[in-house]
Amino acid sequence: MSSKAFNLTRGERVFSIANYVVLTIIVIATVYPFLNVLAISFNDSVDTVRGGIYLWPREFTLENYETIFGYKSLLTGFKISILRTVIGTVLGLLSASMLAYVLSRPDFRSSKFLSTFLALTMYFSGGMVPIYILFRDLNLLGTFAVYVLPGIVSAFNVFVIRSFMDGLPYALQESAKLDGANDFKIFYKIILPLCKPVLATIALFLAVGQWNSWFDTYLYNGNKPSLTTLQYELMKILDSTQQGSAMTNANDLANKMAQVSPESIKMAITIVVTVPILVVYPFLQRYFVGGMTLGAVKS
Amino acid sequence: METLTAAQASQTKKRPKKTKTNKRSFLKDLIQQKYLYLMSIPFVIWLFVFNYYPIWGWTMAFQNYKPARTFGEQEWVGFDNFVRLFHDDQFYLVLRNTLAMSGMGLVAGLIFPILFAVLLNEVKSMPFKRITQTISYLPHFVSWVVVAGIVTSLLSLDGIVNDILMWLHLIDEPIQIMAKEHWFWGVVTGSDIWKETGWNAIIYLAAITGIDKELYEAARVDGAGRFRQIWNITLPGIRSTIMVLFVMNIGHLLATGYEKQMLLGNDLVSDYSQVLDLYALDYGIKIAHFSYGTAISMFTSVVSILLLFTANGLFKKFAKESIM
Repeated sequence: MSSKAFNLTRGERVFSIANYVVLTIIVIATVYPFLNVLAISFNDSVDTVRGGIYLWPREFTLENYETIFGYKSLLTGFKISILRTVIGTVLGLLSASMLAYVLSRPDFRSSKFLSTFLALTMYFSGGMVPIYILFRDLNLLGTFAVYVLPGIVSAFNVFVIRSFMDGLPYALQESAKLDGANDFKIFYKIILPLCKPVLATIALFLAVGQWNSWFDTYLYNGNKPSLTTLQYELMKILDSTQQGSAMTNANDLANKMAQVSPESIKMAITIVVTVPILVVYPFLQRYFVGGMTLGAVKS
Repeated sequence: METLTAAQASQTKKRPKKTKTNKRSFLKDLIQQKYLYLMSIPFVIWLFVFNYYPIWGWTMAFQNYKPARTFGEQEWVGFDNFVRLFHDDQFYLVLRNTLAMSGMGLVAGLIFPILFAVLLNEVKSMPFKRITQTISYLPHFVSWVVVAGIVTSLLSLDGIVNDILMWLHLIDEPIQIMAKEHWFWGVVTGSDIWKETGWNAIIYLAAITGIDKELYEAARVDGAGRFRQIWNITLPGIRSTIMVLFVMNIGHLLATGYEKQMLLGNDLVSDYSQVLDLYALDYGIKIAHFSYGTAISMFTSVVSILLLFTANGLFKKFAKESIM
């Protein structure tokens, strides 16, 4: 698409420049908060209270990170967060790809029932209280299972993988069938390897969802320190300070110093919680952009 | 947005269907396709337990539910819990907050991603476009806990927002923004825009890519400027995508979530931050009024479905398309 074939009018040029300026402002507004958090996390925690840290630490120190790696609850949280991310992602991928495969088979008898049964779950939910009661009745409160069990089947993920599988040539399966392979073998020997791009997308969605959730810890495992998660620990720390900083006399320094966790410590935890995902996502970008648009483009 | 792809995916099924079936052939299929059934039945059971069974829990809304009693021993109270709900002033306050914040989110979540996608589409430099897009996804992957922490710090007395407002001489002294109850809805909406605009733009960008390039060429030959091209080609080209997303989001008006409100709210702004889900949490679980909490949950779910059907009905009537 060469716009150079046409002479750029003055209006076009003004538009282009304005567009670049607006987008650059958006980029800065997106990135600045992260850089600010990073700078504060490396700044001396007493010095931070004076304010005025923007992009660079004023008194560089690694002390904040040393301090938080000494918190026992954070280490537990780190362990549980990794565990739930790995287990939750594997289980979620397994269920979504199996269901998607079954639904993608044109000869499957019950596919209409199955897809309706699945699709309905996207439109309604029993709500927080009935689900809580269910978990209590199943004796799931205070167990690790509440992190991975509820999220195993997601209709959205199934449909995304299904529409990818629909695009694969069916002849592949038929020839394998003639060679005597059973349906399960066809699924994991032939179909799954071809689905790597969409599986990478769904894996990312699942992993991010698991890593970022805190509400289930709060609701079901709030009084179970051995099952705490990183996000929940951060939430507790931020919450205690937030209530403090909303106080009208927060201006006065002594009061600020007395708060539970200094700003720099908070920011160091924020970085620890955020970095794993930020390191991974740019590499998966080409996959998830494709995955997100899969359904939309097809119709 | 997430449900869009799925809804459309389920819409695009084009499978050869057997028309004549009988019981014997079903049994035969069952044996022949035993692996397919083995691969799906466990998940059907799972869906039943975790997604369908809780609906049965709605019966609690019509009881004076006591955990110690069995189902047969529960005392049935009819619509008492709903009568109490509809007579509670707190409920209307919470409903107002929910509708206000989700309404603002609905509009902002429509306008900003479209605007961003259109602007990005006009960029000719590929590296700039790619970097901008990659960076724009970044906040989507960060948890609301982290975003709330960042927002609180940016809006604090010595945060950059107050610095900028001071520098522009819009205010004389720093404002404790998080303590201003009238600003809470704006803070929530703003955080939402910051977090999700780039991500939600993906689908619009894809839709824009699908527009026939010759239309732009023709418009240029006819002397249409960039604004004319955006207004007359790009926006009409993604109209159906916009409509589908809009209808889907209407279904989520009441189920707007509670994360943002819970994490960004504090005691000083609670009259403006309390939403239906948090109200259900406070009554239903924290002080164990399970029946009353269920009534709130049920109200939310039923109204959400009604809203979705209404929106879809209107959509069908005017656009002659359906998303469901």
